[in-house]
Amino acid sequence: MDLTWSPLEQAFRDDVRGWLAANVPAEPLPSGDTAEGFARHLEWERKLFDARWAVVSWPEEFGGRGASLWEWLIFEEEYYRAGAPQRVTQNGIFLLAPTIFEFGTAEQQARYLPKMASGEESWCQGWSEPDAGSDLAGIRSTATRDDTAGGWRLNGQKTWTTRGSFCTHLFGLFRTDPAAERHRGLTYFLVPLDAPGVTVRGFGRLDGDEGFAEVFFEDALVTDDLVLGGVDQGWSVAMATTGSERGLTLRSPGRFMATADRLVGLYRERGTGAVDGALRGRVAQAYIDAEAYRLQTLQTVTRVIAGDPPGVESSLTKVFWSELDVELHEAALGLLGHEAELEGPWMKGYEFALSGPIYAGTNEIQRNVIAERVLGLPRK
Amino acid sequence: MEFAFTDDQLAFRDAVRDLLAKECPPAAVRTAWDNADGRSGGAWNALGEMGVLGALVPESGGGLGLTELDVVLLAEEAGRAALPEPFVEHVLVAAPLAAAEYPGLATGELSASAGDPLIPWAAAVDVLVRLDPDPVVASTDGATLAPEESVDGARRLAVLTGAPTARALTRAELSTAFWRGNLGYAAQLLGLSRHMLDLTVAYVIERKQFGVPIGSFQAIKHHLADVRIGIEFAAPLVYRAAASLTTDDPDAALHVSMAKAQAAEVAMQTTRAALQCHGAIGYSYEYDLHLWMKRAWALAGSWGDAAWHRDRVARAILDGTDQPEEQ
Repeated sequence: MDLTWSPLEQAFRDDVRGWLAANVPAEPLPSGDTAEGFARHLEWERKLFDARWAVVSWPEEFGGRGASLWEWLIFEEEYYRAGAPQRVTQNGIFLLAPTIFEFGTAEQQARYLPKMASGEESWCQGWSEPDAGSDLAGIRSTATRDDTAGGWRLNGQKTWTTRGSFCTHLFGLFRTDPAAERHRGLTYFLVPLDAPGVTVRGFGRLDGDEGFAEVFFEDALVTDDLVLGGVDQGWSVAMATTGSERGLTLRSPGRFMATADRLVGLYRERGTGAVDGALRGRVAQAYIDAEAYRLQTLQTVTRVIAGDPPGVESSLTKVFWSELDVELHEAALGLLGHEAELEGPWMKGYEFALSGPIYAGTNEIQRNVIAERVLGLPRK
Repeated sequence: MEFAFTDDQLAFRDAVRDLLAKECPPAAVRTAWDNADGRSGGAWNALGEMGVLGALVPESGGGLGLTELDVVLLAEEAGRAALPEPFVEHVLVAAPLAAAEYPGLATGELSASAGDPLIPWAAAVDVLVRLDPDPVVASTDGATLAPEESVDGARRLAVLTGAPTARALTRAELSTAFWRGNLGYAAQLLGLSRHMLDLTVAYVIERKQFGVPIGSFQAIKHHLADVRIGIEFAAPLVYRAAASLTTDDPDAALHVSMAKAQAAEVAMQTTRAALQCHGAIGYSYEYDLHLWMKRAWALAGSWGDAAWHRDRVARAILDGTDQPEEQ
């Protein structure tokens, strides 16, 4: 066991920190879940990309640095420590990109990855439907073969599509075999949102920002080169992204460590004398949990580097980080007392944190997965 | 950066796990509740033969010269087996502290225990370490002990009230003993939790009600998933604390407090979930679960409970005072 960083990793950290110190906007950008804020965030993403910090772990040919997983963790720590803007490209670079790396053709990789990394094209996720949420296999949207047009006709509706109003593309699951049931007969498509027959309607999230959208498909044509990973193979292709979303790549410990540090800062600033013992204990516990999450990630990364990829254990991680995020924000609101209701970063962060136990598979579903697939309890 | 144990460390753990599976089955734990000294007999001797009892004693003193990182998984195994022996008290606390004065501690020829202030198996060992009040190391020869009854029938407790051979501990000795002991208890609590989870998983798969295994009910699944999550995120804190003690990290005491707080919380959560998922059978004296539960209760509260250690963490991170020291 060696819990120290090598000189090369330290140097990498210094590089990241130096660049961020010189470039992170002094004033926070407007919310990336509004039209104006999204555009401002894309400018920031372009800046990151031009300096090759947008996707550090990707190969250089696609705009990355070929960074190791350790370096990626260091980048994330520094990014959140610096208070840098939210990553509005995250659903592309963290959820879709790993799937394209694994299942995409060379042409698809060259066509989509660099533009995704630069923010020139932005991606939203088209999985949930009005009748398919946690029960994702209940998807009803269809893709019907149209040989005359040389592609597939999409019909149906997606919903809860994060930043769908602002993105240029959607990756989603559609039923290509109407006779197949549940997990079978689904196909993973890459869909330009400006295609004829696609209509996007934005709507407000809990916090009032237009961060959600529903997307309607009426005979929208997608060509064969927009199939990712094979017709009727959509479920197994999608599960690769789900693993990323729940586990390692979307919620790096850096985010929660930065929140924990801000919580400690808030405690010190708020006058320690007025804080009761129970609240003080909650602050300390939230900090310990953030540390636990960081250390568990170090353990996981060590295993991944040794050739043991994360599997169903990602469900453990998803429950923990999403509830940790709520715990951190609840402690902060407790410290703020009567000022907790004021619109500000902690309340905004709390509203966002509350989505964590719901998205990427509700925590109730995750607990079922843990019980059945980690502990081996019977499904029925 | 590498957060993993070495093959040697894992092999040592496996050897101890096998030894305890053979020498300390649940029946041996139950026997220790009713026998004369509360101890296992056979398992202790076997651990001595393997060298485990002198693991932290320098080779020059007849020990193995190993580190906290090398023994943390062994303490976890002792917890998993609910070994009725002063394992942590001897291996992590007393032997490295007093082997120079009592050389038999390195080989297991002599055995030791330690307490803060309640000392388990005090009358059944040769050497005692008392951390509070007036930290001393002493021979049990001529010592006066005030017995106390533990909820864990194997842990024969006593307070050391007088000893003609007592030697005062230095501040450094006390600090090392206290943090090593807490690390060992945290590891044992992890092992106890893992066993209680395994036992409960096996039971809820077997037990049928309403025509189906009760493990198919979501309420049961969610209790046990929460325990599994708790263990998953306590273990790395415990292992990190072992690494920090091994490397004399300036934050080692803070790291041990985080580990003990988390391990104690998850162990208490596990006892509740395990009992609830078992139902009435778990509440019966004849069933083994309570042996593990009571050990967990005892260790969770000893040498600082979760709230006490969390307060040490709070002082360090919130008040910016010095890192927590011993007591």
